[in-house]
Amino acid sequence: MTGTHDPTLPSLEDALALGLTRAEYELVCEKQGGRAPNQIELAMYSLLWSEHCAYKHSRKLLRTLPTEGEHVVMGPGENAGAVDVGGGLVCAFKVESHNHPSAVEPFQGAATGVGGILRDIFAVGARPIAVLDSLRFGESSSPRSRYLLDGAVAGIGHYGNSIGVPTVGGELYFEAPYEHNCLVNVMALGLAARGRLVRSAASGPGNALVLFGAATGRDGIGGASVLASAELGEQGEGEQDKRPTVQVGDPFEEKKLMECSLELLDRGLLVALQDLGAAGLTSSAGEMASKGGVGLDLDVAKVPLREPDMEPFEVMVSESQERMLCVVEPANVEAVIELCQKWEVGGAAIGEVTAGGQLRVLRDGELVGEMPVAALVDECPLYDLDPRKPEEPIYPPPPAAAELSYASPPRELLLALLSCANLCSRRPLFEQYDSIVQSRTVRGPEQADAAVLVLADASALAVSIDCNGRRVAADPYTGTVAAVLECAANLACVGAEPLGTTNNLNFANPEKPHVAWQMTESVRGLGDACRALRAPIVGGNVSLYNEGATGPIYPTPVIGMVGRLPDARRAGRLGFAFPGDEIALVGPLRHSLAASELAKLLGEPLPDGLPEIDLEAVGAAQLAVREAVRAGALSSAHDVAEGGVAVALAECCLIGGLGAQVELPEGLWEPAPLPLPPDPASRDAVPPLLTAALFGEGSGSFLVSGDAAAVRALGERVAVLSIGRVGDDVLSIVEGGALAGTMLTLTLDELADAYASLAELFS
Amino acid sequence: MRARVLIRPKAGILDPQGVAVQRALPALGFDGVENVHIGRLIELDVEDPNQLRPMCEKLLANPLVEDYEIILD
Amino acid sequence: MKFGVLQFPGSCDEVDALHAAGKVGEAQLIWHGDRDLKGADAIVVPGGFSYGDYLRAGAIARFSPAMESVIEFAHEGGLVLGICNGFQVLCEARLLPGALLANANLRFTSRLLELDVVRTDTAFTRACAPDSAQAGRLMLRIPAKHAWGRYYADAETLAAIEGAGQVVLRYAPGQNFNGSLHDIAGVRNEHGNVFGLMPHPEHAVEELTGGSCDGLRIFESMRSAVEATALA
Repeated sequence: MTGTHDPTLPSLEDALALGLTRAEYELVCEKQGGRAPNQIELAMYSLLWSEHCAYKHSRKLLRTLPTEGEHVVMGPGENAGAVDVGGGLVCAFKVESHNHPSAVEPFQGAATGVGGILRDIFAVGARPIAVLDSLRFGESSSPRSRYLLDGAVAGIGHYGNSIGVPTVGGELYFEAPYEHNCLVNVMALGLAARGRLVRSAASGPGNALVLFGAATGRDGIGGASVLASAELGEQGEGEQDKRPTVQVGDPFEEKKLMECSLELLDRGLLVALQDLGAAGLTSSAGEMASKGGVGLDLDVAKVPLREPDMEPFEVMVSESQERMLCVVEPANVEAVIELCQKWEVGGAAIGEVTAGGQLRVLRDGELVGEMPVAALVDECPLYDLDPRKPEEPIYPPPPAAAELSYASPPRELLLALLSCANLCSRRPLFEQYDSIVQSRTVRGPEQADAAVLVLADASALAVSIDCNGRRVAADPYTGTVAAVLECAANLACVGAEPLGTTNNLNFANPEKPHVAWQMTESVRGLGDACRALRAPIVGGNVSLYNEGATGPIYPTPVIGMVGRLPDARRAGRLGFAFPGDEIALVGPLRHSLAASELAKLLGEPLPDGLPEIDLEAVGAAQLAVREAVRAGALSSAHDVAEGGVAVALAECCLIGGLGAQVELPEGLWEPAPLPLPPDPASRDAVPPLLTAALFGEGSGSFLVSGDAAAVRALGERVAVLSIGRVGDDVLSIVEGGALAGTMLTLTLDELADAYASLAELFS
Repeated sequence: MRARVLIRPKAGILDPQGVAVQRALPALGFDGVENVHIGRLIELDVEDPNQLRPMCEKLLANPLVEDYEIILD
Repeated sequence: MKFGVLQFPGSCDEVDALHAAGKVGEAQLIWHGDRDLKGADAIVVPGGFSYGDYLRAGAIARFSPAMESVIEFAHEGGLVLGICNGFQVLCEARLLPGALLANANLRFTSRLLELDVVRTDTAFTRACAPDSAQAGRLMLRIPAKHAWGRYYADAETLAAIEGAGQVVLRYAPGQNFNGSLHDIAGVRNEHGNVFGLMPHPEHAVEELTGGSCDGLRIFESMRSAVEATALA
């Protein structure tokens, strides 16, 4: 760029303040035909070229993921992906994050997170039918964590309940690395008739651009405030207050918006539809134009405003909630506006589709900014990661529970685990959610390993959301494979076959080699696991830079999976159901205390690597359980996950309201391939083999109950180990063989007391 | 003219929001606080202030469980 | 038997109410802006968040054209069932005594509850026959999900409605999470043709999705009452 800088234009310093690098700024100047961008152009480039919108550091990696499959109807790239679920229906679904806003204001951050993901679903023409939440905070002893938890749950409940979409499942973890960077991920699913899904590509020069929904204010502009005021570079007093960084959501407004959108689509009035999310009009208009290979003229003076005197750049970057953008043939514009009026939703024609590929912003007909669409949306530089496995551990060991060791009585260890924040009952949380509205919920929270929703033809959808960040931190590749398998296992427990996957990649700063390594290994594991399960990725989200002064979060690729079962009445259950039923462990038993909840409880640092997973054996076990559940052969099926077999047994007892008498045969366990590093403190260095048997974790095993013959019949297809019987109101586990003796006996009341510990976090 | 309507829960009705706030204050270092009640403020420009009372009776307040106070600026 | 289910902006469970009522008779939606009740024999004012619960739950919905017709319908003796937000609307409309306030526990709570049926000689509980009795108590298992469900009436009103037998359902011991006075879960008006309850009977009409079919009995009671009137 040559010549003196025009003082009426933003400077390089402004560009840097907005987050662009020097090289990026110079590239923008080049794309603008050798001239420096003006205020509004710079604002728009800085947003669309941000990590959040452009996926600069992740896009190349994401291209390695499997996205095609026999059930896929819409893959990544649209507002949501979709799979065919039979009966003439498709299910659109996606997971998204709202991490940084939730750390600032948890109620509104989480609420608007729900709002945003719901808009993505109805933007493709699907009626939202369920929401799941995946939450992570610092340790539960931290007042900040309790504050964020309380706010986030209240916010999700407020938005989901008010709009009439049930929250049917989710997960919650407390780990120190999330203390300053909480994670709030929300998944939503919706239904549409096959062939009626809508895409977002704008088309047809001369067609109108219509904005409908809430009026536009200054929500979310905060970061762009450097560009404000008549004198560039100066800020008047009180300016900051006018531009809040927090977006405030209104579920009532969105309910009306949703009904309006769905009716507009139903009546065939729209050419294309897009919701407004991050970067507001800038990204929605830009993406619609880019997908359609067209240009757009947009007049900010025609945008309904709720604040006076908004500058053009403010209108373009505002993140006011509950707004949608659509393309309409001129003949239909009146009908569209009328329908908006019926639903008491604002609607205005604000622009026009053009040929020539330019995004032109006008104010009252006067041109105030012009950018090539391709440059804005598609030509942001993408960066390669520089992955390098860290030589030193990144994460400090967790605090140890003082009175416990591997040699502690199993009874005490089980009670400690059941009451720990990561494992105890989530009832005080999910009772704040409406999980039954729309009358589809066959299995809700704490009823089965996955949520189950009945469809019109009496088949059902199953959905689960999972990730254990600590395990991913110990081994990004294997930990991610495990997360995907966990989802599929939960689906198998209710009798469902996976159809497709969505993912939210939550990582720290990708420019750091150890984080780049975590991302690269994790995405590799994600791809391998989805390919093995034939559950391709149909869409997802990336959230990076989740780190602060105290360090990075655990690498957390949150996985959401949707599956189908042919008969809703045969949906599996988690809890024991009948006294006398035989209890068995099904599938490969390669359990280890490495990175387990017990290891965390005892203050163990993360191991370097996890035992390898036998994908084939795990897949076979999932298939066997799925088919047995579908055949009605089992009374209950539960995936053995955090806390191992003992915790799984306790959960089955608690939720079924029945005890169990269990005997674990001596020597049944494969020795842990990765011995834990010896604890320097004066405690037993090597965990007794049976502690590992009770509390060891690993992918692929299930705890089932049912008629003895049916349970044993499973043994024709997969490893089955009968371990006891359902009955009475105590859980007793004894050790068989030469060391025979009772390991633990606990009454249902004692188990329930331990399990109820989350209540104290919601005072 | 500008008017403000303050709406308060009637005395004697359990006000759990007020109780919750009253309990939270000492934990933040504010002692000696009693009798906390949470209500609502409605601000409006009216041409005829005589309409305010019937407005409160009919819509703005629920007289069964709320008291209201009209303040004209 | 024709049910009319009202639909306001922000109603959520009207679809569920339509589905439930449809198991017992014909059911159709009535848009809030319409005065025409379409020949309904009974009206259901459903759950949800009409008008976003702005100002107070039900405060705005009560003035809608459809509700004006419903008030007239009620004054003429027509059957009106208010569920959750619908109960709130009926109280705001003064078709039922009392008011619903914020839950004592200050949180939205969703739970399957046991309700004691106080009397079975009402148009809404006459189908709650002795076969739903357990341990000598007539009970319904119905889910409740709300943040503003604490029933309140001043001492005088409470005494009057108890005395007149207007309390129809109470939360069973230990089930009252919202702090309703006298554990009142559902009340009717003096005449007996208008009934409101906070729990959701429309979510207990199928084993598969409700785990209980007890809610169906309330809709069946209404049909039975309408048929009895028709014969009389």
